Amino acid sequence: MSLESVLFYFFAAISIVTSILVISSKNPVLSALSLILNFAGLAGVYLTLYAQFIAVVQVIVYAGAIMVLFLFVIMLIRPEAERNYFQERKSFKMLTIGIGVIVLGQLMFLIISGTSMFTSGGHSEQSLEVGTVERIGWELMTSYLLPFEAIGFLLLAASIGAMVLAKKKFE
Amino acid sequence: MTFTVHDLISLSPVLLIGVGILATLIIEMLVKESEKILGWFTFVLLLSVAYLSLILLDHTALVFEDKFLTGGRVNIFFFLFSFGAAVVSLLSMEYIKKAGIHFGEYYIMLLSSVLGMMLISGATDFIMIFIGLEQMSVCFYVLAGFNRRNERSLEAALKYFLLGSFATGFLVFGLGLIYGAVGSLSITEIVIGYETLKTSPLFLTGTLLFIIGFSFKIAAVPFHMWVPDVYQGAPTSVTALMSTTGKAAAFSALIIIFSPIIQAAYPSFFTPVISVLAVLSMLYGSIVAISQNDLKRMLAYSSIAHAGYMLIGLAAWNEKGVSGVIFYLVAYTFMNLAAFGLISLIEKRDLRGTEFSDYKGLGFKQPVLAGLMALTMFALSGIPPFAGFFGKYYVFLSAIEAGMTWLAIVGVISSVISVYFYLRLIVVMYFDNSDEIVMVTPSTSAMLGIMISVLLIIIMGVAPGSIINLINSTF
Repeated sequence: MSLESVLFYFFAAISIVTSILVISSKNPVLSALSLILNFAGLAGVYLTLYAQFIAVVQVIVYAGAIMVLFLFVIMLIRPEAERNYFQERKSFKMLTIGIGVIVLGQLMFLIISGTSMFTSGGHSEQSLEVGTVERIGWELMTSYLLPFEAIGFLLLAASIGAMVLAKKKFE
Repeated sequence: MTFTVHDLISLSPVLLIGVGILATLIIEMLVKESEKILGWFTFVLLLSVAYLSLILLDHTALVFEDKFLTGGRVNIFFFLFSFGAAVVSLLSMEYIKKAGIHFGEYYIMLLSSVLGMMLISGATDFIMIFIGLEQMSVCFYVLAGFNRRNERSLEAALKYFLLGSFATGFLVFGLGLIYGAVGSLSITEIVIGYETLKTSPLFLTGTLLFIIGFSFKIAAVPFHMWVPDVYQGAPTSVTALMSTTGKAAAFSALIIIFSPIIQAAYPSFFTPVISVLAVLSMLYGSIVAISQNDLKRMLAYSSIAHAGYMLIGLAAWNEKGVSGVIFYLVAYTFMNLAAFGLISLIEKRDLRGTEFSDYKGLGFKQPVLAGLMALTMFALSGIPPFAGFFGKYYVFLSAIEAGMTWLAIVGVISSVISVYFYLRLIVVMYFDNSDEIVMVTPSTSAMLGIMISVLLIIIMGVAPGSIINLINSTF
């Protein structure tokens, strides 16, 4: 077994175990922390697929920004009161299970029948190259220079807007 | 990496406004009582951007690795956005003092939204359209809720934000499907591959979702639910901006997506979709506007109807139709700016006083304001010789040329209905009397803004030919 497949099984095991922990643990904070580990495991899987950029973004955006948001929400809504939510609403629980089954079915279909349908033969070399940080940086600074700069102004406008709506000057 | 000085010159209106945003930010930070100068600074900046875009009208070029088109039709949109926003900044100066939101950030958000509109109108790549749209929308969400102590303003901002994000969801999903079908987000790639794409369900669904996303932004029925509450609740000067230049920006995006599709085949798959949207918007807007008692709400419904008239031009899609839509957008922008400018003058300090009953007897107490308002209402209802008439004329004519006479007939019927509620305001102003009218002394800046708009309405009504020729020359 090559090092690559050892790493793959290692990260895959982390992802599976932590994702089970996310839905099984009673404490929502523990769920959220397991989700962070799950994201980290997925980032590792991406790395073994040579998608370095997606791996980094996975850690920064999901494990960093979005999970902080999750924890803030958990902190603010006092989850003790919501603990019985699913016990009281049986139909809601059935709905979530139904959605889970549908998604699982789609994924199984893709894995079993999809290998011949969806691989665009001959492009794997190219897609390996696209996933690297150098390649994405190069694209951002050449053909996507204008959108890249425009996003800078978008973020500026959004942060000024957020500050305007939150600051004390109004009162 | 290839971009030249020539690229930068072609792009200079956009660059100037970008530099202007940063300059405004620095002035706001360093200068004491910056609010006082920022209004005029914004006005001068936007005027120079408008002037620059007119100078560069013949400077057609694809810049920055074919990501952006400048010159021609795009520069007419640049002019419309910047000049419209310049008038809005004139209208805002006194109004935001009255509303208690006199902060420098107001002007930063105003300029940023104009930058977003410009990025939409010149895009040749869906990524640019998306970034521009988000830039514009984020600024509008903030501006709508700028009056934080007013509940209706907050409600408007929240409603606009939630439904706007929902619309963006449609748009991004559509872009994802288009990317899946084409393998690229560039408009030129779509033109090249159109023959195979036009039967691809992925591409058609994607484009349909794209159209739905922008139907939210142009306020077409059945995606109009947010319009009345947001237009009523937002500060009046902000409503003036959203309802005019914001709508024009969304229309420019629709023109971009339609040009490759319809070049290849007319009538296309989307012609019936656009026709249905147009008919629903015209009739719904005109009929529901009749029962409104608030002037801002009435104008919101009329804005839905006007979106319907403009969609006729897109459905017909011949040279007359597209230039007619652009003419209509310019005319509509200045008619609405004048109307909202006058409303913002008459509005009271607590932001009430926008009901029809508040205008009783205005014709005797404030003859100048009432006269201008009457003129604007005549123009909006499409009575010659004002700009509104020729906008409708060109659009209806294009529908007849495209063999869609029924669409023009529905448009005429809807215009006739709409005359009722526009003229109702004139009746209230001149034939009712009331002692409750509060005298207002309009500020110079606001009057200047209203006068510019009214003058343009009259010029476009008296000499529509020269303006339509100018628009035609850019194709």
